Order: sequence, then structure tokens, then C-alpha cells
Amino acid sequence: MNHHQPDLDTSPEVSDEIRKTTCYMCACRCGINVHMKDGKVKYIEGNRDHPINKGVLCAKGSAGIMQHYSPARLRAPMKRVGERGEGKFEEISWDEAFDIAAKRLGPIREKAPHKLAFFTGRDQSQSLTSFWAQQFGTPNYAAHGGFCSVNMAAAGIYTMGGAFWEFGVPDWDRTKMFMIFGVAEDHDSNPIKMGLSKLKERGAKIVGVNPIRTGYNAIADEWVGITPGTDGLFVLAMIHVLLKAGKVDLDYLMRYTNAPMLVNMDETSNEFGLLLRDLQGQFMVQDRVTGKPAAFDKKGVKPVFSGEITYQGTKYTPVFQLMTEKYLSDDYAPEAVADRCGISAETIHRLAAELAHVAFEQEITIDQPWTDWKGEKHETMTGRPVSFHAMRGISAHSNGFQTCRAIHLLQIILGSVEVPGGYRFKPPYPKPVEGHPTPHSSTTPGGPLNGPHLGFTRGPEDLALNASGTPVRIDKAFTWENPMSSHGMMHMVISNAHAGDPYKIDTLFMYMANMSWNSSMNSRGVMDMLTDKDENGDYVIPNIIYSDAYSSEMVAFADLILPDTTYLERHDCISLLDRPISEADAICDSIRWPVVEPDRDVRGFQSALIQLGSKLGLPGFVNENGSAKYADYADYIVNHERRPGVGPLAGFRNKDGSGKGRGEPNPEQLNKYIENGGFWKDHIPDEALFYKPWNKAYQDWAVERGIFDKPSPYLFSIYVEPMQKFRLAAMGKGELQPPDHLRAQLIEAMDPLPVWWAPYEEQGIDCEEYPLHALTQRPAAMYHSWGSQNAWLRQIHGTNPLYVSGEVWTKHRFNEGDWAYVTSHHGKIKVPVVRMDALNPNTVWTWNAIGKRKGAWALDENAPEATKGFLLNHLIHELLPPKGDGLRWSNSDPITGQAAWYDLRVKIEKAPAEDGVSQPETPAQASPVGQGPKDIAYGGEF
Amino acid sequence: MTALPQTTAKKLGLVIDLDICVGCHACVINCKEWNTSNYGAPLSDQDAYGANPSGTFLNRIHTYEVKQPQKPAQTVHFPKSCLHCEDAPCVTVCPTGASYKRSEDGIVLVNESDCIGCGLCAWACPYGARELDAAEGVMKKCTLCVDRIYNENIPEIDREPACVRTCPANARHFGDFADPESDVSQMSAARGGMELMPEQGTKPVNRYLPPRPKADIHTDGDINILAPFLEPVADTPKGLLGWLDKALEAL
Repeated sequence: MNHHQPDLDTSPEVSDEIRKTTCYMCACRCGINVHMKDGKVKYIEGNRDHPINKGVLCAKGSAGIMQHYSPARLRAPMKRVGERGEGKFEEISWDEAFDIAAKRLGPIREKAPHKLAFFTGRDQSQSLTSFWAQQFGTPNYAAHGGFCSVNMAAAGIYTMGGAFWEFGVPDWDRTKMFMIFGVAEDHDSNPIKMGLSKLKERGAKIVGVNPIRTGYNAIADEWVGITPGTDGLFVLAMIHVLLKAGKVDLDYLMRYTNAPMLVNMDETSNEFGLLLRDLQGQFMVQDRVTGKPAAFDKKGVKPVFSGEITYQGTKYTPVFQLMTEKYLSDDYAPEAVADRCGISAETIHRLAAELAHVAFEQEITIDQPWTDWKGEKHETMTGRPVSFHAMRGISAHSNGFQTCRAIHLLQIILGSVEVPGGYRFKPPYPKPVEGHPTPHSSTTPGGPLNGPHLGFTRGPEDLALNASGTPVRIDKAFTWENPMSSHGMMHMVISNAHAGDPYKIDTLFMYMANMSWNSSMNSRGVMDMLTDKDENGDYVIPNIIYSDAYSSEMVAFADLILPDTTYLERHDCISLLDRPISEADAICDSIRWPVVEPDRDVRGFQSALIQLGSKLGLPGFVNENGSAKYADYADYIVNHERRPGVGPLAGFRNKDGSGKGRGEPNPEQLNKYIENGGFWKDHIPDEALFYKPWNKAYQDWAVERGIFDKPSPYLFSIYVEPMQKFRLAAMGKGELQPPDHLRAQLIEAMDPLPVWWAPYEEQGIDCEEYPLHALTQRPAAMYHSWGSQNAWLRQIHGTNPLYVSGEVWTKHRFNEGDWAYVTSHHGKIKVPVVRMDALNPNTVWTWNAIGKRKGAWALDENAPEATKGFLLNHLIHELLPPKGDGLRWSNSDPITGQAAWYDLRVKIEKAPAEDGVSQPETPAQASPVGQGPKDIAYGGEF
Repeated sequence: MTALPQTTAKKLGLVIDLDICVGCHACVINCKEWNTSNYGAPLSDQDAYGANPSGTFLNRIHTYEVKQPQKPAQTVHFPKSCLHCEDAPCVTVCPTGASYKRSEDGIVLVNESDCIGCGLCAWACPYGARELDAAEGVMKKCTLCVDRIYNENIPEIDREPACVRTCPANARHFGDFADPESDVSQMSAARGGMELMPEQGTKPVNRYLPPRPKADIHTDGDINILAPFLEPVADTPKGLLGWLDKALEAL
């Protein structure tokens, strides 16, 4: 047959209209162009103008159509008609749903507001949900940070006024060496991939520190397959080497940190370990010239970094000397930590040398004059082009807070934070502890809480304790067990509520949190707690209200369901009051808006919450005459003011849209955002781009934009003084005293200088019996449990084998297709195994949240997610193994309460394949939405 | 049997950079998303919510482990789609003329109205780059987004394949390999762009850039060239603080 070409239309019409909104297939919040055809969603691509993704879009984002048209979407409010856990519901009207909720919640609020526990999952509206909970008056509110990454966030804020991910970003355009710790393929997704690509183009070196070599670690120039839970030790060993060689940025430490501050060394003093201040409360240093203490910012004062000084009868030593003495100890020598970390001493020495070489021999200078907050003018901006990023693999350990602090300390001694080539903050960060509230927990029946729930404790006086010393909060956040639990402890709510410890509650109200499945430790136990009945036959947790867009596992356990919309059907604001999308060079926020209207009787959860708030008459949600203040979330986004002139959205304020950050509400604000592509962006002036915590131009600009109400320069805390305040209490000083059994833990854990301890689980078990570390990672193409209902994404990750190293594979004589029992101190599961050699030899791992309960997510009961898929959660307990002291110790970081699910230790043995189904098998839940169609062919209609 | 054009004016194709591909599947899904509602029949999915989900994709990522002696194992992600071969055996094998190679740009396409779904082309393709759509019974393959790259209804900057536009790691590049000055030709020349399975004689147009050598340096026994850089300034904390004093004085 001869060559023959048909005529082809190479310019077909793509769509009728492009609507620009914000993705919500994960927490990255990329800008998307939604192509609409005949009123339907035809194609979604990245928005080239958007600050986060600049046009690119990941697999999840591109599969948004399948999420939007998912068969698992809930259709209407529902009330439970079967037993909890069965999944049997009756659809009801919104009026009836609100009536049921209000009849329950109204009386609670009048009598005992703490009997409502309101916790939200991975939502991005915490500014609203926390405000609502505060107006309701319950102390029991938090989002999911307690089991996600509070170690990361809190360590960053306490140390340097900002942390990784949403708080800052490596200077991708200038950095020359980048180390990434404990990051799989997410958090954040597209920006890291785009950044790594830039580094590759410039030939910058990427070092991946992770027991598992997938994703970002697969393309790193060097992979450090560290033993889980030892990152802190590894980092402190590099600090040891750098200090010993004098490779520290002394000028940076002197100007921008508390390295020269004087620490009270008198153990008998009530201020032992605290920093010396003058009468005005200003930090004091020892002046090199006079030899006497002087305010650190007094003109001409040059601080001493070492030695000892006696002032008014008390001895003081600079922070720098304490730090040096601590880390020069042989305990931190590379040779001492190598075996434990699974990294050779030579590698530790070499990586430290490479960091020092790049930081100090390849410094970069930008010709940009700037002025510091003391008024000193600088002609240039000098940077040390090494940068770091870290996430879950650091934060989900019981030593995560201090490990994260250690990474920050490494950044700081290298002088590489907020400088060209280093790690840069994204507005509204940097924001030190002083810029954040303290936790509030004081209730008044019928009235609002006395302030925001979550915050940063400065000392024992900020703990949420009753006069008798018992916890105020149901999750026991902000107690002596976890004094800096800044994000609350969502993972403890159900077990504490079930145990009635510290008290019983009436209503558990949750949003977008799959607590009966992949978002809890001990999933089976949680299911039992949710369904447990007392001697009268009543549920131990009496009332559960849940909001979700989809038929998740948690839906089956609720008494009342408030159905949420998909992300394309709703209003949202990605607010500077909440979790910002800013870049290091610009302040940004964005919106979602209904690019399609729901075809079901569903409402955006935030609108439903506002409407419920009005019905309950909550202050802030009703006018003086009792009428609803806001019709829905869109109304709230535009018209709510948190402070005069400062609201959820910073852009296009004032009637004429001229207001940036500050200004009166603009009724046209949402339209302005839509016209602008769904976001707002305002560049930081050039002279304010670096040294933000100390840069006068930045501080002034931040005040103009409503980030602060007055300039708030501050110093980085190598030494975190608030931690020492808890230690002082543990030493018996002060009025507020911890229980005796926690004194030793507080003294060890609340070390104001970063320190490392072995993960708690391995301290409490026989490590020879449980020789392996077990981890989960989130794949790049799936986000938590949402992906499995997605017909396209589940073809990529429909099952999750347990990956084992070649050593383990050989030792246990595994063959392809084999199954294994995996056992921890708490449980036993049966799972399929696959060999993987690019893996720390003592680690096994699997993909996160692929396993599904039969009947959930509109999947067939024989879906591979429900038969072969599994959760490691069954092996993890919220408590540590008993220590024999009669006490129950929580499986969490002792500083923040972060769930330590990466501490898990297991043993493995070959199992018979039998029916090829993973264990434990959970009985099916009924599906209130039926099952998805057999075959699909999306797009044929266009 | 179907003839190939004698020559093509352009040789459009992709450069895929294996050094930066993190295996995120963005290209896989965006390709499916674009193509299911554009050129030809939709890309269907069978048993989409069931026990054996299986659908048509024009681009897939395969993940391999590379083991080398004395080095840690590596993970390599390998995206695979039609390579738009110059001597495309999938075209010459086609009994109806449905498979063809365009003379103007070298894109290999299937004219679905002439395709009888016999599957010979998929057998002939040594790369496994064609998939028979189970719903329509026609052969589907990468079109290089022929309905994007010339499309006057979309902005000029977007006239590139969907997989290229969406790739977050910038691991995919589109251009004309017939032009030695094009970005893709230059990139391929500079980085040792590889043909896939050249021994098959298909003359694929697409090129893969190999992963750069990893610096998984095993220093045991090696000379550490940076060692002098970390020469201790003192052996004891006291000594160090003495050094510090001088260093501070110098500031």
C-alpha cells in the first residue's frame, strides 16, 4: 500500500472557556486552568502564571477530572440507620441535618462546651474552623498537624521563626549544594521537582538522606541510606566536625543569633539556664572591649563568645561556648555514630567538608544594598549557597523535634538561612514565637473561648492544665507530657474520649480525617472504640458528626454526615491567616471558586459550618439582631475581618481594589481574584528580599502589608530558652510542678540545645526480636486515601507490597509472589513482599494509605486495594509498650506530642499465600453511594 | 503492508532526561487526560472501580533497579511512549493503511476509521508502545499531541505535547531532530542522547538522556580531597575557644 495520509484537523476547538482556580488533589495548592466544554470539565492543566507551579501539574492534579466525577461522591446529608461501622444511612435534607446538629450542640454549648471535640484533617481552612471552635467555646479543637508534621513546624518556629515547606524554600536559583532529609515524593510536590530540575541544570549537588531510594532520592547525586530515626545523630556529627575545624560563620552567629547571649550557670538559681537580660528586658552579652555585660544591640558592643563572667554574683557563660562544649564531645564524633546511623565515618566527614567548602569557598554576593534593623547599612548581600529541606522522615519520630532543631542548627552555623543561596522564608514568615499566640483553653458555658486554641508555650504558665493539674483538653495537648504540642494531638482524641480520660465528651465532630482507617495509629482499635457501647447499650462516644466529600472509611462510623463538595465546586481561600502559598520573593494568596455547580445536595463544608454557626447563634456568625452574618463561605471570605482591615484574602482590598494586605472589604474581591487567575501576588522590594528577620525594609514592608502591626525583628534561637523553663520546673523550681514521673523525661527532652535520643519504641522493646524498621511513604501519584477512588490513579498504585531489602529477602528465602507475616509489639499483619535493593538493609516499607476497607470509596469488594492492599497502622499503637512502672507512655515526641509512627520496629517471617488476601481482614461496610460503573471512557462526548 | 514516506521534512520527537525523571507519573496522567477527549476515540478503562482495573495509556513509566558492584543500588524511572521511528515496523506491518507516518513531521499516527484492531502493529513494535483500546477496538498510540502542536486555538507557548507541558521536573523536551540546531538536537548531542534498542533497526526519533554518574562515593580507602579543608583548628574545646577569640577579633 502506498503512503497515504488522511486530512487531519490539527486545530480543533479545545474548550468553550478556561476557568482558573486552585487544585486540591493534594496540599500543594497549584494553580489550574480548567477547560470547560458544554458545561463539563474537559481538561485540567497547570496555570503558567501561578506562583506555585508555573504551569506544570502532577499526576494527581491531571487526574482531577476522575476525582470530580468520582462515583464515591456523597450525594446528600445522611443520618445513620444501622449500627456504627456498618455504613447504613438514610439521606435527609440540610434543614433536618442542621436541626439534628443544633439540638445536640446548642445545649452542650450552654452547659459544658468542652463536651464538643472538633478536629479537622487536611483541610486548608483552619483560620475559619479555629475561629468557629473559639466562638463555640470548646477548648477541644485542632487540625491534623499532631500526626503530620508538628515537630517540623514547632522546631522551626522556636528556632528561627519559620520551618520547612510552607514556611520557606531553598533558594533554588542560587544554591550550590542541597540536602534533603526524610522526604519521599511529596511535601511539597511540584515545587520540589521544579527546584531539583533547576539544581540539575546548574550542576548543583543534591544529597538525598532517606532509608529508601525512590523519587527525589532516586535522582539525587548522592544517596545516604540512613537508618531510620538517626538523622539527628548524623547531623550533630557533622556539626561536631564543622565546629572542630572552625568552619562556622561567626559574623552571622554574632549578628543574627543568640550565640553570644549569656546563660545563667548557677544551678541553685531560679533562673538557672535562662538568658541574662537588662532592666528593659533586652538580652545582654559580654562586651569584648569593656569585659562587662551590655545590651546586645547597644552601638559599638562586640560580644565575647566564650569564657565565663560573673555579674551581680552569678556566673554566666555564652550560648556559643555551651554549644561548642556539647558538640565537641566524642559522643558526636563521626566514628562514634557511624554504625548506629548506617553511614560510614568517612562519608560524614566528607559531607561536612563539602558543606563547608561550598558555604565558605563559594560564597555568592549580590550587589544590593540593604539596611539592618539597627540602622547599619550594608553594600551587598552575601550568601552561603548550601540549603536544606526536611519532612516526614524527620518529624514522625519521637526524637523529631530535636532532630529538626539539629538541622536548623546546622543551617544556622553555616550562615545559610535568609541569605542568597540558602534557605529563604515565605511571607508571612519569618515570624518568631513572640509573633504567635500562646495556647488558650479557658471556657465559659454559653460563651466563647478566651482566645485561640493553638499557640506556642513560652513556659509552664502557658500549659492547658486545670488548677488540679489535670489536662483541660481532650487530646491532652499542652501538658507536661508534651509541653509544646502546638498543633494539638488529633491522634489521641478518639482513644482519650473512649477512655473518658481526662473526661467523657458528647460529640466528636470531624472534617476530612479518615480516623477509622489510615489517619490513626492502631486502626482496628480505633474502629472498636468508635463502636464500643456501655452497659446501657449506648455508644461510649455518644455522638459523631462527620463531613467528607466521599464515601470514606470514616463515613461508616458517623451518626450524621454533612456532605462536602469536590474541589471544583467550592469556594476556598488559601489565606495568609492560615497556610500561605507565598514565595520567597512575593506574598501570595489564592482562592477556589465553583467552576462547576454541584449536581448533588451537597455544600462546601465551610459554608455548612458557617450556617451551623449562625443557627447556634455563635458570636462572629450572627448580627446583633440574631440574623446570619454570612450567607456562606464566599461571603465570609470577602467580609470577615480578623483585625480591622485584615481579612482572609490580602489582595484587591478596599472598594477600588487598591488595598494590598490591608484595606476595607471589597464586594468585588472574589471577581478580582478570578480575573487575575485565581490568585494574588505582590513582590517584595529588592532591598527586602533577604535577611528578612533583620532587614528594616522587609520589616517595614511587612507592616504595610498587614503581616505585623509593628516591625518585629528578632534573633535566631540556637538556645531555645522556653525549653529551659520547663526543665527548671522539672528540677523543682517554680510554682507549677510536673508530676514526678515526668521529671526525668522533661529534663532530658527539653534540652535547649539540640540533642538526640534513640526512638522511644526501640528503647522499650527487644531490638533483637524486632530487628527491622518499618516505614510508609506517600507516592507522588497518590494523596492519602483519596486516590483509590480515582479510576486513573488506582491503575498506578492499586496495591502496595511490602518492600524488603536484598539482605532480608535472602535471609528469609523469599521468592517472587511470596507473602509474609509482619509483627510488631502491638500487632501482626500478613502482606505481599517484593524485593528492593535501593533500600537501607534494616528497613522495610510500603506505600501509604493504599489499603482500603471493603465497601469504601465505591470500589468493588474484591478491589486489590481491599484484598492485597494493607495498612502498617495496625502495627502501631498510640501507647508505648509497658515499661513495668504501671504508667502508660504515649508513642509520641515528648516535646510536641507528634505521633511517632516512623519509630515502628517489626520482625518478618514467611507466610503461606493461602487465598492471597492480606490480613487483618475488616468486614465490609455498606456503601451509601453504591459502586462505581464497570467500564468508563471519559471524554467521548466532546 | 503500508509504505513509509521516503523522507520526512521534520523529525519531531521527544528528549526524555532520565537524570531528572523522578517517576511521578505526571506525564502519564496528563497524556491520558488530554488524549481521552481529543484525537480519536477516548482512552477507556475497564473494570475501573473493580478487581482488575485496566485502561488504555499512551505513555507509561517503568521503574527499574540498577545494581552495580561496590555501589548502592539505584532506582531509575523510565517513561515510555511511541518513539516515532523513521523505519517504523508498526506502519509497514499494517494491513489496512491505518497506521501511517506523516511526511511533513514524521509523527506516526493511526487513522482510526481504517483500523480493524488486528493488533499486528502492537506485535511489530519492539517497544510495546501501542495499546489496543478494549472499548473501541482500535489501536491507540502517542500522537505527539498532533492536535496541540499546531493548534491555533491554544496559545503558542502551549503548542507542545501535554506530557512536556506538564512535566514538573522539566525532564521532557519536544522538538525537531532533523534540525541539528534545535534544542532537542543540541541537548541530545551534549548529553549523549541514546536511541532505544538501536539493534532493532527501527531508527527511533526520540532520545533518552542517560542518568549522570552518581556521586555515591565510597570513601573507605579513598583519598578525601577535601580532608585538609576540615583540619581541626584545635583538639580540645578549650583550644577551639582560644582560636575563636582570635577569629572574632579579626571580624
